Amino acid sequence: MKILIVDDFSTMRRIIKNLLRDLGFTNTQEADDGSTALPMLRSGDFDFLVTDWNMPGMTGIDLLKEVRADAKLAALPVLMVTAEAKRDQIIEAAQAGVNGYVVKPFTAQVLKEKIDKIFERVDS
Amino acid sequence: MENKTSLHNEQFLAQLQKDSSQLVEKLQNNDFDEATSLINTLVELRDSHIFNSVGKLTRALHSAIVNFHVDADFDSNPPEVNTSEIRDASDRLQYVIDLTQKAADTTMDKVEAIAPVAANLGQEAGRIRDEWKRLKRREMSKEEFKGLYGEVDGFLGEMELGTKELSNSLQDIILEQGYQDLTGQVLKRVIGLITDVERELVNLMRIAGQVEKVTGLDSEGEPIAAVESSTKGEGPQIHADKRDDVVSGQDDVDDLLSSLGF
Repeated sequence: MKILIVDDFSTMRRIIKNLLRDLGFTNTQEADDGSTALPMLRSGDFDFLVTDWNMPGMTGIDLLKEVRADAKLAALPVLMVTAEAKRDQIIEAAQAGVNGYVVKPFTAQVLKEKIDKIFERVDS
Repeated sequence: MENKTSLHNEQFLAQLQKDSSQLVEKLQNNDFDEATSLINTLVELRDSHIFNSVGKLTRALHSAIVNFHVDADFDSNPPEVNTSEIRDASDRLQYVIDLTQKAADTTMDKVEAIAPVAANLGQEAGRIRDEWKRLKRREMSKEEFKGLYGEVDGFLGEMELGTKELSNSLQDIILEQGYQDLTGQVLKRVIGLITDVERELVNLMRIAGQVEKVTGLDSEGEPIAAVESSTKGEGPQIHADKRDDVVSGQDDVDDLLSSLGF
């Protein structure tokens, strides 16, 4: 399983990468905002996208909308991991087609639960 | 300063009242020369009143700008900010980012380096314990026992070195948390600066309001509202418990999403 982690803070990318590795996902790549991530997604065969919301350049919500609008990427599972915690934002992300939403700070347990849930749905 | 302006206004009004009765008198007596000179005096008086007010406001404006903590070269276009406190505050905040990043990196480096040492010691202890159980059950030959003898010796040595390494790393990780102190101090200074700037900004708004009044530009137009998208990014919520439009944790997120059919 190939996973792309998108966050402007390298510390957070590293934390997510470490947590994913503990969960058995070792094939990860990183991008620091939506505009860097989008070409990587289009050219690479990623199976899963983990993205922050608030980033310079292209934000995570815009990246999500671009992904859903792209015929090749439309079905890609997307997990949002973000400090953005307004109800309106969560609703907007849901309407844009996010598969899971985790608010920072989060625990390894929460991240695992959400990822498991996403793949249960995708597989069924 | 507002008092001075209104004092000046009163003086001007008193002079106007005094002169206007004289002016009516002169006009009724057809004394046009005197009437003209009275009108001129009044116009001069009004002009000097405006000049006075504008002069005072300009001085106030200047001191407000000087207090604004921005040391910019306004001759260049766009103005170039040199060594202002605002610039300094930006640098300080950058420093906070750098320092927190370094602390996080160092901490994770230490943990990543030391985790295998702990795991190996654990594995080795488990293996030797199994052997030890066999020894206790007297299932071990003399030769095997000799081997175990050496292994225990080696393990104790590894244990000594490994735990020393572990406690050194733990100590380093604790020390690395000093960033909290350093960044906290920097943030406090920046908060102080923002408070100062806010105060001067209010001052500036007050002066701008007076300029509008004196020059007759008093605006009755609609206030300029800052329109912000309700889903614009805000970063970490510092007062999530005091806001209704913000979730207070992952459970809230899950409830909200399940209410949307997730």
